[in-house]
Amino acid sequence: MIDQVARTAVLESPPPVADEPAPSRQAVPPRGRSRSASLAWLRREILLGQTPRDYLKSLVTPFNIVAALILCVGIPVTIVRFTQGLAATTNLTDATPWGLWIGFDVLCGVALAAGGFVMASAVHLFGLHDYKPLVRPAILTGFLGYFFVVIGLLFDLGRPWRLPYPLFISPGVTSVMFEVAWCVALYLTVQLLEFCPAAFEWLGWRSCRQWAVWMTVGLTVFGVLLSTLHQSALGGLFLMAPGKIHPLWYSPYIPVLFFASAVAAGISMVVFESMLSHRVFQEARHSRARMDRLTLGLGKAAAVVLMVYFGLKWLALAHGQQWRLLLTPYGYWWLLEVLGFILLPCLLNAYAVRNRRAGLVRFACVITVLGIVLNRLNISIITYHWNAAERYIPDWKEFAITIMIVTLGLLSFRSIVNRMPVLNDHPDFEPAH
Amino acid sequence: MSVSRRDFLRLAGAAGVANLAAAQAARASAAGPANPEWMGMLTDLTLCVGCRKCEWACRQANGLAGEEPIDAYDDPSVFANKRRTSGLSLTVVNRYGSDAAGEKPVHVKTQCMHCIEPACASACLVGAYRKSPQGPVIYDDSACIGCRYCLIACPFEMPAYTYDDPLTPVVRKCMMCVERIRDGASRPACAEMCPVEAITFGKRNALLTLARKKIAEHPDKYVDHIYGETEAGGTCWLYIAGKPFEELGFRTDVGTTPYPELTRGFLSSVPLIQTIWPALLMGAYAFTQRRETLARDSGASVAPPTENGSEKPESGRAVAVNRVAPSDDNPSLPSRSRPGRVQGRGSDQASQTRSESTPPEAES
Repeated sequence: MIDQVARTAVLESPPPVADEPAPSRQAVPPRGRSRSASLAWLRREILLGQTPRDYLKSLVTPFNIVAALILCVGIPVTIVRFTQGLAATTNLTDATPWGLWIGFDVLCGVALAAGGFVMASAVHLFGLHDYKPLVRPAILTGFLGYFFVVIGLLFDLGRPWRLPYPLFISPGVTSVMFEVAWCVALYLTVQLLEFCPAAFEWLGWRSCRQWAVWMTVGLTVFGVLLSTLHQSALGGLFLMAPGKIHPLWYSPYIPVLFFASAVAAGISMVVFESMLSHRVFQEARHSRARMDRLTLGLGKAAAVVLMVYFGLKWLALAHGQQWRLLLTPYGYWWLLEVLGFILLPCLLNAYAVRNRRAGLVRFACVITVLGIVLNRLNISIITYHWNAAERYIPDWKEFAITIMIVTLGLLSFRSIVNRMPVLNDHPDFEPAH
Repeated sequence: MSVSRRDFLRLAGAAGVANLAAAQAARASAAGPANPEWMGMLTDLTLCVGCRKCEWACRQANGLAGEEPIDAYDDPSVFANKRRTSGLSLTVVNRYGSDAAGEKPVHVKTQCMHCIEPACASACLVGAYRKSPQGPVIYDDSACIGCRYCLIACPFEMPAYTYDDPLTPVVRKCMMCVERIRDGASRPACAEMCPVEAITFGKRNALLTLARKKIAEHPDKYVDHIYGETEAGGTCWLYIAGKPFEELGFRTDVGTTPYPELTRGFLSSVPLIQTIWPALLMGAYAFTQRRETLARDSGASVAPPTENGSEKPESGRAVAVNRVAPSDDNPSLPSRSRPGRVQGRGSDQASQTRSESTPPEAES
């Protein structure tokens, strides 16, 4: 792989722009394609209109080289994980049974993928149609986020091939995790269906697409319901661990805190992701001014949600009567999270919206995202077993897998966005809904 | 798009079924209240001499014995560090207090406490744990997916996982030798082995009576507490000791609430959310629809003809995109092309319309 990368790196050149006019969509009927028509379709839609050779050349970019290096490390570690076991790849112990793969890949992954249900409900249920351009990217981010959460989970589970057991074979209905399993499985399906219009537009399947669009409102309602349940249930998992999680983070309110913070994370990720998309994919349709206006709107929403979340954090603290713990090292750490990563981005957002500074909203959203990641890691890793001498530090192989999964997520997002109508509407179709 | 009554009923029907299932689940409990027939164990820590023969017996009984001879268990150096149960040791003995201080050290045997309402059983999403009719909490790996939530949930941190097994990792924990005690013929291996009879096997109720009697007869020897009587809702394994339990490595902050109660409230909110959320959300949707209809009817002449009330596009190009094709029922309209697709590429090629010489950013 390295060889190939190195060889083609020298040959890197801008691929020639295809000069023949594109065959119109109707020219390639979806059914009964001839062989050459199929090849033409493949070339146009999979190779992005380039010859295979040019396409391979266009793959040689700094980002792809880094991604290839990450995979070169990640794939062997994957093999070690599934042939040698968890002990060979992780620093997990009986005292800390959940590490980076649960703490980051699953908990943070699910929270940061909340943008899908937030944007879909804002547009499809609450009628904020201005934000429609952000729905498809958010749903795609959500779907891929959840998909790779499941991939991360497969690494962590002792016997990943038994993943369907809790759903069909041996349901343990008293478990919060049972609820998480069902909700995540259903929500993954819902997000796939929610994304179907874009995929069917890409394939040119009109009637399927009509059918998929018809389901939008129902899917959105179901998606919000499932998200409410499992975002909070992920926090609810830790209701079983009083005394293990530091009292400042343990609270009966933890499901509500998880849900509120997931909404904040979802909104912030939409801002963050649209900022990156705008730069990387250079959308022509949505001008900078329009993106700024949408960003400011999202910043306003983020400020409100963060204020609610900030209030809930203090409510949980008051409920637990843990004031005296604020003046301990863990208390300072808690204050850093709550003041530096919840209150600060909240105020920054409010200030930025008031003064119409979209750049500042983006900055605040990055802080918010970091803050939610910090919160999830605090609960699952950093303050877990806070009073035990033995501390869990992830093995480098755990980081390698996590980084590989994130990279695979980015690569999937990019290749789908490059092919399907995600950031822009498809010209052959009326904008859905 | 609007939702017909039939759609609504369909949705409501599906939600109803899901709700009843969830409500049923919230009611279901891993175990009922303490059963007077349940067996238990009483460990008298004032008697234990720390010979660790119980550890040996436990390994023998569970097929975990290695090459180590029984004499190796006499080595006192293991007491230097506090150990916890592991995949190979379902019970471990730790020493508290040292000989040097002049006082007699206390040895504490730990193993699964066999809760009356076990956290592990309520946490397990495949139902791998159950309370057996004899009292022990038993684990069956045939459905275990290896999520290790039981290790998180257990208030006493007793279950252990065989992380080094790549294909068939399991949770291991004491099962009170359920096979041996099932027919009432013999005692658990550790109780049978103990040379000083520090471990008594019997019905939990009888053991509680025995423990109370011992404490009452020797108030100078015992602290007035039976660990396990109420801890985490009560356990089948009970302890009495001559020193306060917090000095002997016992968790004294577990409270008296059975651990399944910690999530029961949350789980019972699930059917509520399932019932209320769709109605609220559909209400919001209906409200939005109505508002838009009213706005369209009253302000049709004033408002610009933007689709679905969406925002007015900025550029002339985008206007063209939006204005063309008011509906989908005329798919052959030739003008439905967007500048971004003139190169015959995917929508990614929007960049090319800006400057034809820019190489595709496609896979960069």
